[in-house]
Amino acid sequence: MADEVVLLDFWPSPFGMRVRIALAEKGIKYEYKDEDLRNKSPLLLQMNPVHKKIPVLIHNGKPICESLIAVQYIDEIWNDKAPLLPSDAYQRAHARFWADYVDKKLYDYGRKIWTTKGEEQEAAKKEFLDCLKVLEGELGDKLYFGGDNLGFVDVVLIPFYSWFSVYEALGNFSTEAESPKFIAWAKRCLEIESVAKSLPDQHKVHDFVMLMRKKFGLD
Amino acid sequence: MESATNGDAIGILEQLSYQNLLCPIGRLYMILMAKSDLKLVGRWSSPFVMRVKIALNIKSLDYENFHETLNPKSDLLLQSNPVYKKIPVLIHGDKPICESLIIVEYIDEVWSSAPSILPSDPYDRSIARFWAAYIDDKWFPTLKSIFLADEEESKKQYIKQLEEVVVRMEDAFLNISKGKDFFGGNRIGYLDIAFGCFLGWMRMIEKLIGLKLIGEAKCPALAKWAERFAADAAVEGLIPESDKLIELYNPLKLKSKALAK
Repeated sequence: MADEVVLLDFWPSPFGMRVRIALAEKGIKYEYKDEDLRNKSPLLLQMNPVHKKIPVLIHNGKPICESLIAVQYIDEIWNDKAPLLPSDAYQRAHARFWADYVDKKLYDYGRKIWTTKGEEQEAAKKEFLDCLKVLEGELGDKLYFGGDNLGFVDVVLIPFYSWFSVYEALGNFSTEAESPKFIAWAKRCLEIESVAKSLPDQHKVHDFVMLMRKKFGLD
Repeated sequence: MESATNGDAIGILEQLSYQNLLCPIGRLYMILMAKSDLKLVGRWSSPFVMRVKIALNIKSLDYENFHETLNPKSDLLLQSNPVYKKIPVLIHGDKPICESLIIVEYIDEVWSSAPSILPSDPYDRSIARFWAAYIDDKWFPTLKSIFLADEEESKKQYIKQLEEVVVRMEDAFLNISKGKDFFGGNRIGYLDIAFGCFLGWMRMIEKLIGLKLIGEAKCPALAKWAERFAADAAVEGLIPESDKLIELYNPLKLKSKALAK
């Protein structure tokens, strides 16, 4: 019986991108459904009644919500190729720790950069750049956080790169200048097909965010 | 005798038993070396530390308890968790593992013989992880807000929010347990640990506000589950007493309010 895989998503969502990359790494065919978040589909509300958020991975009719959980699920089910989590238990705990760090820290500070102004924005920008430095430290001399190949942390982190032109424009900084190692890693990731085809163009994201800011009276 | 690292513990044990078969000091050294392979940096009052202790108990693992005062934070804590400087930290040999739920999964994976903590089926695992994340995201912060709230009005609002969370958890319990005693089935598992660790705090807050948060009336299944969880062998002695928590946290609450002003 063939697997039926559906992904409820929203094209600029970094969380959705994580699941797209994971599915692409595993070579899984799936149906992509872009949601209008101002008018959520009955399917989304049925599949994620608790949070009503994307992404939702639906595997043979059963929903898996929360991007980190969905990526781990994909890695566990389709375990015949492209392992995302390490095989060693300690390395796995280490990867989970850093994936959680990205969610706890980077996302919030990034969001504050494009939704706030003045002192609050400055503070968020500083924290954001500090996060990148911490992540650079964790990357060290490795090609990827996963070592020689794309791993769990890479998949979790790289989607935010598509938002960098937004953060840079609004926060008024250059990531290349502040964290060149991070940018080098990001560019390496983008050379991988599964990543390149899962991330939208930075300009597209930028235009979308500017539109949202106008709508919410942030400009 | 060469100096030992934790990884050489077995080598040392062999040397000691050969050289010091009847020596009491040698025997004590053996016990200390074996125990120090696992060190838990924590505090009796922390529900997150409790998660790790329950997991260690389920696997019948010996460990050294390092009581963290937090004020000031110990060198051991700062070195083993430089990113967050928070407890719990499990140190296995010389390797630190941080974040309570990540530690629980680690314990389950390293000591993989029964009893299992996480479900064996990947979909069931994803469900358990989902609700554990929900508990950390919604249940605990709201519970904490009830405790910290100054005004009656905001306290009432948080209590109302928590009641909605409890309704969801009751529903989740009925769906996941499928008529069995625990979220994990016949034995306590990952989700029982993730949720049950807060029972001490919850009872303390119930005492302070004079209201049951997980009670027979609104969530009968969870109320019974809570009793069973508290009575489980792996949980025995770990739930902190309400009076001791009140003694510990009330002065801190006053201090944090004073600092906030």
